[in-house]
Amino acid sequence: MATTTTQSTTQMPSAGYGAALWRGIKSFALLRESWVGMIGAFLVLFWVLVALFAPLIAQFDPNAAIQPFAKPGAVAASGHTFWLGTDHMGRDILSRIVWGSRTVLFYAPIATVCAYTVGILMGLMAGYRGGLVDDILSRISDIILSFPVLVLYIIVIATIGASGFNIVIAITFASSPGIMRIVRGLVLDLRNRDYVAAAQTRGESDWRIMLFEILPNARGPLIVDACLRLGYVIITIGVLGFLGLGLPPPDPDWGGMVNETRQMAMVFPHMTLFPCIAISSLILGFNLLADGLREISLRD
Amino acid sequence: MVLLLSKRIGFMIFTMIIVSMILFLLLETGLTGDPATRVLGNFASDEQKELWRDQQGYNQPVVVRYAKWLGNFATGDLGTSIRYKGPVKEVLLPRLWNTAILGFWTFAIMIPLSLGMGVLSGMKEGSILDRTISVFGILTTSVPEFASAVFFSALFVFGLKWLPGTSSMSGGFEFKQLILPAMVLVVYDFGYVARMTRASMAEVMTSQYIRSAVLKGLPYRQVIFRHALRNALIAPFTVIMLQINWLLSGVIVVEFFFAYKGFGALLLEASLNNDIALLEACAMVAVVVAVSSQTLADIGYTFLNPRIRFS
Repeated sequence: MATTTTQSTTQMPSAGYGAALWRGIKSFALLRESWVGMIGAFLVLFWVLVALFAPLIAQFDPNAAIQPFAKPGAVAASGHTFWLGTDHMGRDILSRIVWGSRTVLFYAPIATVCAYTVGILMGLMAGYRGGLVDDILSRISDIILSFPVLVLYIIVIATIGASGFNIVIAITFASSPGIMRIVRGLVLDLRNRDYVAAAQTRGESDWRIMLFEILPNARGPLIVDACLRLGYVIITIGVLGFLGLGLPPPDPDWGGMVNETRQMAMVFPHMTLFPCIAISSLILGFNLLADGLREISLRD
Repeated sequence: MVLLLSKRIGFMIFTMIIVSMILFLLLETGLTGDPATRVLGNFASDEQKELWRDQQGYNQPVVVRYAKWLGNFATGDLGTSIRYKGPVKEVLLPRLWNTAILGFWTFAIMIPLSLGMGVLSGMKEGSILDRTISVFGILTTSVPEFASAVFFSALFVFGLKWLPGTSSMSGGFEFKQLILPAMVLVVYDFGYVARMTRASMAEVMTSQYIRSAVLKGLPYRQVIFRHALRNALIAPFTVIMLQINWLLSGVIVVEFFFAYKGFGALLLEASLNNDIALLEACAMVAVVVAVSSQTLADIGYTFLNPRIRFS
């Protein structure tokens, strides 16, 4: 049953939005057939809920210096417990991780969406128009992609300064060419389909065809790629924080927490271990989710 | 073939020139802030800045400065490092050598490991071994380098006390100090190569000639070693060459974490200290390495794959 519905959707792109939404939910429900995808979805959902309910979960102010060097499980003067201990400045690590999840889950999706907007527009133009536009856009993306990624981030951040907004710019700049390549490849395959020819005969404008006829039919591989890329963007934000190029202190940022406390890891391993576990589990969630989604899309 | 080679090399040179322009525009012009302020700091007086600009030739037209800068670069004059108070070249070369050692050992471990795992899981797609290896690959690529560095340090340095926690090599070269950095890089990178090898192997295994080899009764071992591997290992060659690009990012994190005196740590240090000449040299080296490895990957792929070579 499920197989036939998803197949028919690929041939009928122009149904109502309500129906499209319902189909989206249905295809996510298919995830239950892939236990790998289920674990991934669970991990992602867990962190999304943690970020949403941060004020309820965190018992301390993430930036308040309360009691330095407390071991995990120590009890504060207020009667609350430092479940994961405190750092060198006396800030509760659990509260910082919980609030830090907001930082990550705020900037990573924004950066990914920005990169996708630029990448999709470039890819549609390059693939659909072809010719000179394609040549120029492809050369530009070749050049940007030939940079070692982190070197590019370091140079961009070193020149425009470290802030959340600049990280979004740097990630958009560095990852939209990769997205463009994928979209371009998909468009080259789709632009010769009958429904595109039909739209052209109807006299629809190029942009309408690109955005409403071609793009919806390219969504499968793009969703999988977006999941992987979200995981990668989270790694990038973490690494930049770790290198001291991330968000300015004192607001909690998982990579930054590791950087601040790694010199003390010998004596106080809890300060570095827990943020590392947090970031790794979130990335793992997105990667497993992507793997599950790909498995399902291959099955159809 | 000759046409393809010259095209690739031409594009390589073109890329390097464009990249050098981008670097120059970003770091040496007023586009993203005053270079004089960046070097001398926020508290330098206007006269000091003006004097510095005059000395360094910043008052000449941009095009002239770029031509001079590129000329110096091409002839091997990389400028003077502000932080190390000496020629960039003397700082850079030993650091590059250290990173080359680290990179060599990383590849020496990663290539056999990832190819072996990829081939094993691609031989029987969907088997339990295949699923285990691919989930393990996802697991290791999900842990950022700095996090796995923390985990490994916790286990091998603080827990078991087998390995040293820093790799500064202050008492001369010691192989023991190289193990943890190389391990972190291998663990992060091998998943991707293994996955690509798996895909390539799985594709070959479904091809007609493998089926006929099996059907004519050849032993399985012979089918794999004589027929499948040859074709299945062409694609991973490209992937491994492209991995050099990723390694250049990875070494920055790993060298910073373990205080290894390599090229990546130098690049980071240069950017944090606004040592522009050093940063430019490091970035150019990184791009040259990345672009030439990509060109080699392309040329090698064409050479290895007769279907492209002869068409």
